[in-house]
Amino acid sequence: MVIPNFARYVKSRSDRQLLHGLKYNKTSTCKPEESNNGLPIVPCGLIAWSLFNDTYTFARGMVELKVSRKNIAWKSDRNHKFGKHVYPFNFQNGTLIGGGKLDPSLSLSDQEDLIVWMRTAALPSFRKLYGRIEEDLEAEEVILVNLTNNYNTYSFGGKKTLVLSTSSWLGGKNDFLGIAYIAVGSSCIFISFVFMLLHVKNPR
Amino acid sequence: MELQNNCATFEISGVSSAVQEKLNKSQRIRHKSLQYEDNLSLEENPRLIYINDPRRTNDKYEFTGNEIRTSKYTVITFLPKNLFIQFHRVAYLYFLAIAALNQLPPLAVFGRTVSLFPLLFVLCVTAIKDGYEDWRRHRSDRKENNRESLVLQSGQFQMKKWKKIRVGEVVRICADETIPCDIVLLGTSDLSGIAYIQTMNLDGESNLKTRYAWQETASTNFEGGTTLGLIRCEQPNRNIYEFTANMEFNRQRFSLSQSNIILRGCQLKNTEWVIGVVVYAGQETKAMLNSAASPSKRSRLESYMNRETLWLSVFLFVMCAVVALGMGLWLERHKDELDTLPFYRKRYFTHGRYNGKTYKYYGIAMEIFFSFLSSIIVFQIMIPISLYITMELVRLGQSYFMIEDKQMYDSFTDSRFQCRSLNINEDMGQIRYVFADKTGTLTQNKMEFQRASVHGKDYGSSVHIIDHPLQEADIAAASVSEIRRWKLKSGISVDTELVDLLHKDLAGDERIDAHEFFLTLAACNTVIPILTHSSSSSCAERELHEDVETIDYQGESPDEQALVAAASAYGYTLMERTSGHIAIDVNGKKLRLDVLGLHEFDSVRKKMSVVIRFPDNAVKVLVKGADTSMFSILAKETEKTDYIKPATQSHLTGYSSQGLRTLVVAARDLTDAELEEWQCSYEEASTSLTERSTKLRQTAALIECNLNLLGATGIEDKLQDGVPDTIESLRQAGIKVWVLTGDKQETAISIGLSCKLLTLNMQQIVINGNSEDECRTLLAAAKAKYGVKSTNCGNKNLKRKKNAENDYLEISGDSRTSNVSQWHAGKVAGVTSTALALIIDGNSLVYILEKDLESELFDLATSCRVVLCCRVAPLQKAGIVDLIKSRTDDMTLAIGDGANDVSMIQMADVGVGICGQEGRQAVMASDFAMGQFRFLKRLLLVHGHWNYQRVGYLVLYNFYRNAVFVLMLFWYILCTAFSTTSALTDWSSVFYSVIYTSIPTIVVGILDKDLSHKTLLQYPKLYSAGHRQESYNMQLFWMTMVDTLWQSLVLFYIPLFTYKESSIDIWSMGSLWTIAVVVLVNIHLAMDIQRWVLITHVATWGSIMITYVCMVILDSIPIFPNYWTIYNLAKSATYWLTILLITILALLPRFLFKVLHQTFWPSDIQIAREAEILRKRANHLRSKPDQSSG
Repeated sequence: MVIPNFARYVKSRSDRQLLHGLKYNKTSTCKPEESNNGLPIVPCGLIAWSLFNDTYTFARGMVELKVSRKNIAWKSDRNHKFGKHVYPFNFQNGTLIGGGKLDPSLSLSDQEDLIVWMRTAALPSFRKLYGRIEEDLEAEEVILVNLTNNYNTYSFGGKKTLVLSTSSWLGGKNDFLGIAYIAVGSSCIFISFVFMLLHVKNPR
Repeated sequence: MELQNNCATFEISGVSSAVQEKLNKSQRIRHKSLQYEDNLSLEENPRLIYINDPRRTNDKYEFTGNEIRTSKYTVITFLPKNLFIQFHRVAYLYFLAIAALNQLPPLAVFGRTVSLFPLLFVLCVTAIKDGYEDWRRHRSDRKENNRESLVLQSGQFQMKKWKKIRVGEVVRICADETIPCDIVLLGTSDLSGIAYIQTMNLDGESNLKTRYAWQETASTNFEGGTTLGLIRCEQPNRNIYEFTANMEFNRQRFSLSQSNIILRGCQLKNTEWVIGVVVYAGQETKAMLNSAASPSKRSRLESYMNRETLWLSVFLFVMCAVVALGMGLWLERHKDELDTLPFYRKRYFTHGRYNGKTYKYYGIAMEIFFSFLSSIIVFQIMIPISLYITMELVRLGQSYFMIEDKQMYDSFTDSRFQCRSLNINEDMGQIRYVFADKTGTLTQNKMEFQRASVHGKDYGSSVHIIDHPLQEADIAAASVSEIRRWKLKSGISVDTELVDLLHKDLAGDERIDAHEFFLTLAACNTVIPILTHSSSSSCAERELHEDVETIDYQGESPDEQALVAAASAYGYTLMERTSGHIAIDVNGKKLRLDVLGLHEFDSVRKKMSVVIRFPDNAVKVLVKGADTSMFSILAKETEKTDYIKPATQSHLTGYSSQGLRTLVVAARDLTDAELEEWQCSYEEASTSLTERSTKLRQTAALIECNLNLLGATGIEDKLQDGVPDTIESLRQAGIKVWVLTGDKQETAISIGLSCKLLTLNMQQIVINGNSEDECRTLLAAAKAKYGVKSTNCGNKNLKRKKNAENDYLEISGDSRTSNVSQWHAGKVAGVTSTALALIIDGNSLVYILEKDLESELFDLATSCRVVLCCRVAPLQKAGIVDLIKSRTDDMTLAIGDGANDVSMIQMADVGVGICGQEGRQAVMASDFAMGQFRFLKRLLLVHGHWNYQRVGYLVLYNFYRNAVFVLMLFWYILCTAFSTTSALTDWSSVFYSVIYTSIPTIVVGILDKDLSHKTLLQYPKLYSAGHRQESYNMQLFWMTMVDTLWQSLVLFYIPLFTYKESSIDIWSMGSLWTIAVVVLVNIHLAMDIQRWVLITHVATWGSIMITYVCMVILDSIPIFPNYWTIYNLAKSATYWLTILLITILALLPRFLFKVLHQTFWPSDIQIAREAEILRKRANHLRSKPDQSSG
């Protein structure tokens, strides 16, 4: 269980730096992952530092299942929030390595894993989009997953889960809303029936 | 002559002050604030003023100059001083403390600017308001300070600006000028040293008052003179009715009193000029010292609210403690991992100087402490500080509608309703006791001569009113032909029979008595006739009367004015009054009478007499006075007149049972010997320096004996419009009306009867004892007789509960108007058979309030339906209000119009002033002011009820609104390892109570009406909802809190479950929560709004729109982490469905409770509202066929 919504974690980022890079150097909000050798770390802050870096490959039988890793982040984030000319030149250079490294030759707006990661989760157990399988999977089909366990969750006893899910018009798969609506709706109908009886019995 | 005048005039105040003195002793401890500061005695610390020698006067100690300053700030001091004053309010200090906490690095929960926003916003708004008000004050000060007056400078009177005038200077004021500072009169244009002033600006009284200069100084010529005398006077104080000083003038020493001083703000009238020496200037003048604001009152509901705020603080503390404790436990458990946890990280692991140093980690104990503080910052709005500001705005709006209420506008005096205090609007919905003054409050204080008993014969039962232009046509022909006519300012009704009698020849006892009767009315008074010439426009066709004079009678007593006006209507017109003679026009013949002496009215003798010499050298003493004091000094009956006395007496009883104010008129001839004896005594008494009033009283007794009874008068003080109706409505509303009056018992009772306060089938308990023991036995006897049980303070609450139950009114759901009114009538009749009325006089109150009899009186008085207190001094009025206030929790309201009601008005929870005849003192001290007593009904039953309902709901709603938000944050923090993370953006957190949800509460607090004013006036019983504290009490508070808990749980857990297994980010979640809570609280409010008007719709739905707009704006700024959140969210149906589900599920229990309550246990208000709707529907149905047929 990572606690991504811990106060000092959530705040440890600089959105201006993500957009403007070194042109913006007031990175005090990024503490304690703020600067390295006097230069601000790009991207700075604990959130970026703890970037998730497990990798997965999928295979159906012997055939590799293509996972699209593009367009997993919000378009608005890619286009306007993460700088097109900001390069992570000194990222993950500290004495303690928190997580994934970034390709210094790619600008932040192209680092979709980072962009997804920087959309910090709301709750302690959370899901992040890794990629999309654009082929239809059949029921009872066996998928082979090859994963590289890079991300260290042992230090805090965190769990990792891989979820394959179908997205619907309601978002991910979740029955809660449907059940709640049925329950609330039917009780409302019942109550209105009772009230109607009451009204008929002693009208005002 | 004028010397005795001056002390006689003020004898009345002297006596009442003696009574007050007695009262003071007993009550000084209790109401210190009411008392004027004790005057420093002259001997100890006098203020020395050398006449016409300002340099020497100001030598030792520089007295304040005459520059006044009512403004609070200057350009330089504005900022610091205004901030200083603003931060006197707890609310702002709370904001400041929270903002300051947030600036500390370990606690920075919100961004710096964000956290300052609420404080800055409020400060700016208030500063702008204060600045504007002060600028206006500056402007008026400058105008005032630059006015000019004549001041004696180097031997000559020259113009000097007011602000330059100094103490000790001699000033000269001409007619109609305003007095620049407090001056002691030295001389006037009148040889006898009289000056007339109008004190309109000071106390609002428009009649003329007389002031005197001492003969010794009046004759001095000041121009070109040198230092002349020395005045020793008391230090400046705010008592405008007293002044003690003495003056040394040409080695003579005499005392100065109130009658020798003219105060700043007065105007000189009917006097060409006066000369006086400045004793107090500028800020030290009595007018300025009196302009201090009266102490502000705090509403009852607000103090209850503070009690609940304490509970909220407890909740806040508990929540913060939970967070802090959880944080501590979490840190303790993860002690070993803290260094490497990616989301905690207490060390730097970077190259550079920070490497290995700890980051924001101060040890577990400190972390717990900081966690506690930062959770206070996050949960700050749990304490609804903004509620105080909201309430101020709401009350401002409410008072706007009260002021604008056309039905509380008095067209006669052109006075609107005034809200002078903005703190206690809602208190008017819970009044249980109304203390009313009589004269001028229940009555109009416009005296009208109604009945006369002359020579044992009653006149005036059949009168016909004569308009004066008509009178000329009717009577002028019959009366002696006149060349000049005059008219009075007001019409008087005359009895033709009496007029006929007066036109007979002057012969026969009856005719002579009638002559003397009216002569006394015209002569025996202190009224000053003021003649103004006006061209006769109304009777232009009558060439004969081209020169019409208007006579306006000015006097301190409205009774005397009425008598003089009546005498004039019967042909005895007072034309001229100087200190030496009176001129009376008797049916066209001018009669000049020399005034030898005048004994003014005082409350000990209760009579007034004047000694006059007729042109034929006959000397007569004319007396008028109260019946009790007059009948004992009448001459022994002769055979001829023995029937007069009993006849007059029976007339008097008749008059006072009709509520008329009665006076007995008598006269007698003085023999030379008697005259001489009296003159000697009078001379001596009026020049004596000690005990002058006693000596004068003894002198008066010499001639006020063996009088011939002439007759009696009955003056009507008309009841104001709608008084009986108002009192009846108030009584039905469960409000007890007590009347406190300075009038005598009989008059009070008769007025009580005529305004339906007393009814004939009431048991009257009369308490008028002259000693403590007598009062004790009277009280005990009354209690025993009527079975009044003693109540202790202990079971006070129980008693109140019982009252509330008694008052409970059940209007059956489909009751029609008639049913209810019948029901009311039945109830009233049932109660009156055992109703008690307590009538108590001021003398007894002296003994009762002073001693331990207070509780006895309280027990007796509270079990009576009506309490009438007669002959009470101003401080006693306050004492009675305090009697109730200190022994019960009931709300009191005092209503009055005169200066004598000020202490009562200030003492009561709500003080109402009537802008009447007696001046503006009461209005200045009051919280609310209005033109007529009958507006009280509307004020309490309609506005009071509305305001109470609104503010009660407003407070509860604000508690709920803030708590539901805070609890939602709290549940979230439990999921964040107790770190004070807020899913909401900083700006949204701040805007929530300032922008997103504040406007609808204000609008509803101002505009919502649970019932129409018609219904409220029709069923006064509905008022007792306030007595039962129906819209705000502990039970409601706890129910609201339980509801809040449920709503916050729904608010938090539904999104949590919905997005449990999704990739939702913290800002999307925050955005969802923000909008959900705003929608929820606004719909919650919408559910409780009872009267929808356009602006309510705009405010409620507009708030939700504004929230969306704000969120769209905030989400459109790329440098915020929440960039574009709302756009992405709005695309998904889950988002909208979640909001809908939250709203429905959260409000469902509340809705159910409301419906069930209204169905099975409806309150009076709900029943009345349903009846209102039914009536409206019925009208609607009825009007439809009409339309179709028409």
